[in-house]
Amino acid sequence: MSYLEYTVQRIPTGPRKILYMNWPLVLLTLAVAAVGFVMLYSVSGGAFSTWAEPQMKRFALGLGVMFGVAMVPIWFWRNVAGLAFALSLVLLLFVEFFGVTGMGAQRWIALGPIRLQPSELTKITLVMVLAAYYDWLDVRKVSHPLWVAVPLVLILIPTALVLKQPDLGTALLLLAGGAVVMFLAGVHWAYFAAVAGAAGGLVGAVFASRGTSWQLLKDYQYRRIDTFLDPSSDPLGAGYHITQAKIALGSGGWAGRGYMQGTQTRLNFLPEKHTDFIFTTLAEEFGFVGSFSLLLLYVLIVGFCIHSALTNRDRFGALLTLGIAATFFLYFAVNMSMVMGLAPVVGVPLPLVSYGGSAMMVLMGAFGLVQSAHVHRPRSRG
Amino acid sequence: MKRTPRDQAESERRITRRGLILAGAQLGVVGILVARMRHLQLEQSSEFRLLAEENRINVRLLPPPRGRIFDRNGEVLADNEQLYRIVIVREDAGDVDEVLARLARLLPLETEDIERVRAEIYRRSPFVPVTVAERLHWEDVAEVAVNTPALPGVNPEVGLSRVYPLGEDFAHVVGYVGPVSDYDLSRIENPDPLLQIPRYQIGKTGVEAKLEDALRGRAGTRRIEVNAVGRVMRELDRQPGQPGADVELTIDAGLQNFVQARLGRESASAVVLDTETGDILALASSPSFDPNKFVRGISVADYRALTDTPLRPLANKAVQGTYPPGSTFKMVVALAALEEGVIKPEETVWCPGYKELGRRRFHCWKRGGHGHVNLIDSLEQSCDVYYYEVAEKVGIEKIAAMARRLGLGAQFNLPLSAVARGLTPDKDWKRRNRGADWLIGDTLNAGIGQGYVLASPLQLAVMTARLASGRALEPRLVRRLGEAEQPPAPARDLGIDPGHLRLVRRGMLAVTNNRRGTAWSSRVELAEMKIAGKTGTSQVRNISAAERESGVLDNDEVPWEQRDHALFVAFAPYDAPRLACSVVVEHGGGGSTAAAPIARDIMLAALSGGMPPLEAYPAAQRREIGDRLRALNLRQYRNGEDGRGRSRA
Repeated sequence: MSYLEYTVQRIPTGPRKILYMNWPLVLLTLAVAAVGFVMLYSVSGGAFSTWAEPQMKRFALGLGVMFGVAMVPIWFWRNVAGLAFALSLVLLLFVEFFGVTGMGAQRWIALGPIRLQPSELTKITLVMVLAAYYDWLDVRKVSHPLWVAVPLVLILIPTALVLKQPDLGTALLLLAGGAVVMFLAGVHWAYFAAVAGAAGGLVGAVFASRGTSWQLLKDYQYRRIDTFLDPSSDPLGAGYHITQAKIALGSGGWAGRGYMQGTQTRLNFLPEKHTDFIFTTLAEEFGFVGSFSLLLLYVLIVGFCIHSALTNRDRFGALLTLGIAATFFLYFAVNMSMVMGLAPVVGVPLPLVSYGGSAMMVLMGAFGLVQSAHVHRPRSRG
Repeated sequence: MKRTPRDQAESERRITRRGLILAGAQLGVVGILVARMRHLQLEQSSEFRLLAEENRINVRLLPPPRGRIFDRNGEVLADNEQLYRIVIVREDAGDVDEVLARLARLLPLETEDIERVRAEIYRRSPFVPVTVAERLHWEDVAEVAVNTPALPGVNPEVGLSRVYPLGEDFAHVVGYVGPVSDYDLSRIENPDPLLQIPRYQIGKTGVEAKLEDALRGRAGTRRIEVNAVGRVMRELDRQPGQPGADVELTIDAGLQNFVQARLGRESASAVVLDTETGDILALASSPSFDPNKFVRGISVADYRALTDTPLRPLANKAVQGTYPPGSTFKMVVALAALEEGVIKPEETVWCPGYKELGRRRFHCWKRGGHGHVNLIDSLEQSCDVYYYEVAEKVGIEKIAAMARRLGLGAQFNLPLSAVARGLTPDKDWKRRNRGADWLIGDTLNAGIGQGYVLASPLQLAVMTARLASGRALEPRLVRRLGEAEQPPAPARDLGIDPGHLRLVRRGMLAVTNNRRGTAWSSRVELAEMKIAGKTGTSQVRNISAAERESGVLDNDEVPWEQRDHALFVAFAPYDAPRLACSVVVEHGGGGSTAAAPIARDIMLAALSGGMPPLEAYPAAQRREIGDRLRALNLRQYRNGEDGRGRSRA
């Protein structure tokens, strides 16, 4: 049985593909994006054109990208996975030398009016290349040290590049996303145990290196960790953000203070309220009901992805879908933990809601891949 | 990529298993997130709501206008004047340097002022108003206001500042306000939050300090919403405060002005009381100072000038100064003796110029002695020997009791700074404070108001008022506090035989109206203004035996600070007393020459309600006194000056 065979016989073709897409997922995506528009309108103080309008335009573009990607057969994406990964590595290197510095880090490439953030792209291409690798690899060799080393290298190269920008949050997300795909592919437990041990040692080293000549992180990164561990130590300095975010969240109560009525947001007590901290505005204005509802939407997106993956007999499609779902999960879980004071402030946006072009576009592309895997999944012959 | 069906099945099985493990782990994380949401938003919600409110709401105090102080006729003694402050707001100003340059053409700004303002403007947030100039009057601000279109971001702001229109006349009574010091705050329990306002002023001395709580009023509040950088977004509500209570004093500003001017640059003080009510009509201490200087912040040089002089301008000598009353104490001794029945008015004492006690000689001021002296003579001529004898007979305890009955040694409850108690010594006092027994010699010294006896000019005036009225008058300074009238304290009868009082008053009349009286030269010719008084000369130094041998030095021959204090107490008119007064001139020499003329002028001014009538004076003195009175720097004759020191900030 070749792919060609079942393609011809079972896989929908042409515009009919649209009918076979994972529509609940599409609708959930639309719902989350809509929450984003509503919140962006609120944080701009009722100005449509500040953030909400550009965000809507981008989302429309993103939807186009998603549908476009979804129409292309999944095996095409598998075949270009290596190329896409290589391209993102090149872009990362390009950022290293020609990137625009913002917020103390080199993250963007200016392409005319578009500011491209290659690290965002890399999150998905890394998952793609790993899924393709494990699709190609003999299932029995998965835990062989040599075949474990290959994906490790694939993960560590972009991680190192991103860390050098420096962008600790994205680097950690890359590591975690890669590890999840390896885990799903069936790599032996012992490797993960070993890595966990090593990570513990690394954390020790990071703290030990502080103030020495071989300091591993930048000073501001240490300060973020300090303030995460004890925000009250510096209520007007770096801990200010966390404290104010918690006040905003907490003051929302059960039903919130009402749309556009959040004083913490409106009076600028919240930092980066349109990007990383937008969840606090939602929580302040719509309370527990609002924040729980958004979390539920996210969980449903991840749930539909997992369901789609587990019913997909194509190894690449399944691994890719699960990897993307895991990456998406990491996005919102880390962002929410961060604003709720459960994790240090590492600069991870709230997916589909935070204002920002690169992340939105890459995510929509990723959902396009999920849809492609869904549409082009192998159907058993009755 | 062909796979065996076995491999395919193994792959699917593994992905499914691990996928489910991952999903489980994710659900666990979601559980943690939900638990955290619940904790923050449901369990701690009210605390965070409170914190959010604290974040956004600032309470600003609205200082109430301070109560004003008036004299008994409604003349303003302490007022609030509107002073303007020019502020600039960077974000509205645009080109700050240009605007400041234009301002400098309208206001007297120094280069360093401009530099200071510039530095502050750029240090603060762009919306914070920065003060460019303050303590400006409307005339200065008017030009800025007219030029507003050319001065974007520049605004005049109005504030209230204390001003004392009568300046020096009331520096001691009314006192002055000044910025709250750390010391002030440390003395007050639960200080009013108003006191924390930068440059808020509270009473420092006098009535301003003692009636501070009533004068201050209660602060209003303004709740405003601010954003994260402190910019005011809107006012939420406003609660008006309560303005400070106005105070009306018993002082007559016109008389006070006359008294202050009459004391001149002497180190002296005077008190005038109403013998009906105990009202303090005038209470002056000189030299005085301009209290307005303290409101603005007195310069170091000016302050030095006030502290580095033996004349002590800052002290309110009328209540803070205590002096041996000298011969003005003789009425006390005489009354004590009459009440005890140890003397009869017509009984005489032989005065050879001294009294011997053991081996000690107590001298009379008149070296040759007065000869035979009865009670009236003794007051008229102020014979010391008579009082040595009488004091010895009546004893210190009775003298002290009579002194207290007449108000000496009492601390009157007046809203003035450091009201002195004076000292009315007795045996018990000496044992407790000096650890020694009372000696007869002490009694003799006390008999002529020397030794341990100390009294303030206010107490001497009260004593005289009580002698004149026969009632236990209490001095009163405040007539009305806010809406509440302050009635005079009911003055009960002193319980002294009216006949005895009449005798003493007759003796005092003789002092000023008999040719042999010590204050004969300060007599009054008009019958309806007849003054009865008593001179006093209190010794500051001990006169040694050697000096007495070679002849006691005249006051003119010793340094100023060793000269005697001159005292005079008086009441008038003699037939129906309305007023009592005391005058003390520090180191002025004799009471008859230094204090009595001042007291006469003051009494005549008080009785006539204006300038003393010249026909009240003996004809021979009229020209000289007329010249002297005209030379006084009185307010109603000062033209073109409003008495309000004014300067630019």
